[in-house]
Amino acid sequence: MAEGRVVGIDLGTTNSLVAYMEGDTPVVIPGVDGSNLVPSVVALDSIPVPIPADGYRPTVTVGNSARKALIETPERVIYSVKRLMGRGLEEIQEELKLFPFHLASDTEAGEVPRIQLGELRFTPPEISAYILRQLKRNAERFFSAPVTQAVITVPAYFNDAQRQATKDAGRMAGLEVLRLVNEPTAAALAYGLDRAKSGTIAVYDLGGGTFDISILKLRDGIFEVQSTNGDTHLGGDDIDNLLLAIALNEIHAEHGVDLRQHPGAVQAVRKAAIEAKVLLSAEPMARFDIELPNGDRYQRDIPRAVFELLIEPVLKRTVGPCKQALADAGITPEQIDEVVLVGGSTRIPAVRRLVDELFHLTARGRRPHTELNPDEVVALGAAVQANILAGTSKSTEELLLLDVTPLSLGIEALGGTVARIIQRNSTIPASATEHFTTGVDGQTNVAIHVVQGERELAADCRSLARFDLKGIPPMSAGLPRIEVKFLIDADGILHVSAREQRSGTAAQIEVKPTYGLTDEQVESMILESFDHAEEDFAKRLLIEARNEAETILAAVERAPQNPAWNQLTSDEKSAIKLAGVYLKKVKHSDNAAAIREATLILDHATRRFAELMMEAAVSSALRGKTMNIAGEELAETVTAPHAMAPAEFK
Amino acid sequence: MFKVIDSAVPIACWSCSIGHNDSTLFCPHCSKIQPPPGGDYFSVFSLEPKLNLDLPALEHEFHRLSRKLHPDRFARAEENEKQWSLADTALLNDAYRTLKDPIRRTEYLLKLLGAEIGEDTSQAHSGHDRKDPSRVPADLLEEVFELNMQLEEMRSARKSGVEDSALHVSLEQAKRKFDVLLEAVDEDLHTEWKEWDEGDRATRGAAQKKLVALLDRRRYLSNLVRDVNEVLGA
Repeated sequence: MAEGRVVGIDLGTTNSLVAYMEGDTPVVIPGVDGSNLVPSVVALDSIPVPIPADGYRPTVTVGNSARKALIETPERVIYSVKRLMGRGLEEIQEELKLFPFHLASDTEAGEVPRIQLGELRFTPPEISAYILRQLKRNAERFFSAPVTQAVITVPAYFNDAQRQATKDAGRMAGLEVLRLVNEPTAAALAYGLDRAKSGTIAVYDLGGGTFDISILKLRDGIFEVQSTNGDTHLGGDDIDNLLLAIALNEIHAEHGVDLRQHPGAVQAVRKAAIEAKVLLSAEPMARFDIELPNGDRYQRDIPRAVFELLIEPVLKRTVGPCKQALADAGITPEQIDEVVLVGGSTRIPAVRRLVDELFHLTARGRRPHTELNPDEVVALGAAVQANILAGTSKSTEELLLLDVTPLSLGIEALGGTVARIIQRNSTIPASATEHFTTGVDGQTNVAIHVVQGERELAADCRSLARFDLKGIPPMSAGLPRIEVKFLIDADGILHVSAREQRSGTAAQIEVKPTYGLTDEQVESMILESFDHAEEDFAKRLLIEARNEAETILAAVERAPQNPAWNQLTSDEKSAIKLAGVYLKKVKHSDNAAAIREATLILDHATRRFAELMMEAAVSSALRGKTMNIAGEELAETVTAPHAMAPAEFK
Repeated sequence: MFKVIDSAVPIACWSCSIGHNDSTLFCPHCSKIQPPPGGDYFSVFSLEPKLNLDLPALEHEFHRLSRKLHPDRFARAEENEKQWSLADTALLNDAYRTLKDPIRRTEYLLKLLGAEIGEDTSQAHSGHDRKDPSRVPADLLEEVFELNMQLEEMRSARKSGVEDSALHVSLEQAKRKFDVLLEAVDEDLHTEWKEWDEGDRATRGAAQKKLVALLDRRRYLSNLVRDVNEVLGA
């Protein structure tokens, strides 16, 4: 079992991907719909379900199909959940104002917040687990074998709680998380794989919701991170929100319609804002053209210059972290040999100009690396790291990643100040040992408040946990000598252990953290325990294969009604019919591999038909409809190979 | 004077049961990873305690040991080996972080020797006793007081939105002066490192006292320079 494949997963704010190493090359595994990107969107089935009893789970869809539900049933859909991972109730209040979903009304302070989704409530790790489970299934479908171990990437600037929440999500999805890898470091791995280079690399990673900058030294296959910095709440989402706010305000002012009251309409405007943003990376002008519920149209041109002015404050927020990372690494911009751009937002020309200025690239005759798809590079790097951990491949045996902890670890001292015990940018694993004693005679408990951050007062840092050291042998005040060991592991997660040294007996001191989900809670949220997918693996593969076969057969059934059918030669038609008959026969067998093979044969036979249909649709689109509508129609009508097959099965 | 590096009593290797001393990361017989050894940071790299170190050699050894010890190499190992890999690598990283930085290295060695070091570098930012007047080096008393007054003036001017360019210039001058003083301290430290590394028992004792004083002075100066930089850079 331990020798199964280890996959690399990029669990992104906007999109998630799963990748693996095919020989010496990392490759992204596509989903059923053929797409490499699985939108990080989770939707409850639109049919209301009864109040869940024990052991009951609702039908959940993930990815493109969930994204479609965003406009029809926004109250049953959640996206960008990564922004909520590992965060407390107070921390996410502001954040949630931007989202259509809201907190469960019975959430109590100190509890992991739960999001109300339709009639059910979910913690952020549970939502992430659904996304991870989808990726796991995509990989299992691809390999026709179970996948149980993974490397998952996290923003380098994620704190302890955010990392722990990500690991919890992996466990709920039935994945053993062998390592959490920092996203910029993974990107550097993906780039550094094929070249035994030496040098200093800066990775500038502006994703959907997070910004990271990491500076690495590369030498003889060792990737040694020198410093990292960032902002876990800065990314493409912020740009979308700026455009969204403008549109909503103008619609309100000019047409007297307050769309904020209509979550579905807000999502439609958001979609238009994202499209405008993407278009502006290639075109000098984009345009909002939105039909309002009252029949009016909101139309507005957005020249690129205006867009750039608008987003400048967002982009400027990446400058401080970059300068700090350089200072912490003890180098100047000129000492950076290579800059790697990661994350969809680095496609924006203004971002590239900013990076160029920050690292004096053009001035030194250099260009940033963009050869690898910025949406995929992190997953590819995760696959490389997965391969390193599996230890089964020659191509990665000389590679080793030495990462750092992004934030200083401290304990609250008298007067609320912070005593730093592990400095930021320390190579992990890292440890520190501190000694504590009691203040009262016979005291058996000592509380330690651990914080993460760079500020001088504990109140200004992120409170990580209050650890209760219990079971101290009763002694006079000040006599016990409690040795507390703080260890940050290779995932960047803190472990605390303690022992009392004075009593001579190695007193067992219980250390109890007071945040996040408990082990028991995580256990109860494990998805696999509900749908028993593990033991039913073969059955599941069979059902999936049959579903795919049904989808393509249905499309072939309808084919003769399509004008494109008549453009086929009689040979082509009979090949399709033959392959169809064959698949119909095989479909009823219990052999998933045979069904899949027959499906592929039929898929191949219908390829030219699909192309013809596509051409017809495109030319009809050019005759009047906008490309947008045409695109959506295409997705619905062109069913070969098997677009939009159900991402979930019953 | 130092912690005993080589234990007189051999420990049996958990894997091959052959005895070895406790200062080793790997069993000399079966090469299996061992629980964290009890020695100091120098012994992790098989080094004698010295203040002048060959840094490229240290880095090379750090990389070599990392390749063998890192948890990435034990991702699918048995639980006990996983735990030791984690603990050993933490020790290796802590040792490398301490030894590669000359100031941390000096503080560490002095602590091993039982010296009282005023303030840990790890707590340099905690804000305690930075302004404790009793810790001002005697020869700098006057300048430090003047500088602190200027810093206060500058801060309050900033708060009310006024930019006092004359004050700015004089702070720049003061900063340059303290930078020079800092360089002088670093030169003195180098001299004493050599004294300590090459000296006999008596010269080591003398060098040790000087090193403690130099580190105190350096800490004070660098805090001052940082304060000035903060105000100037704001």
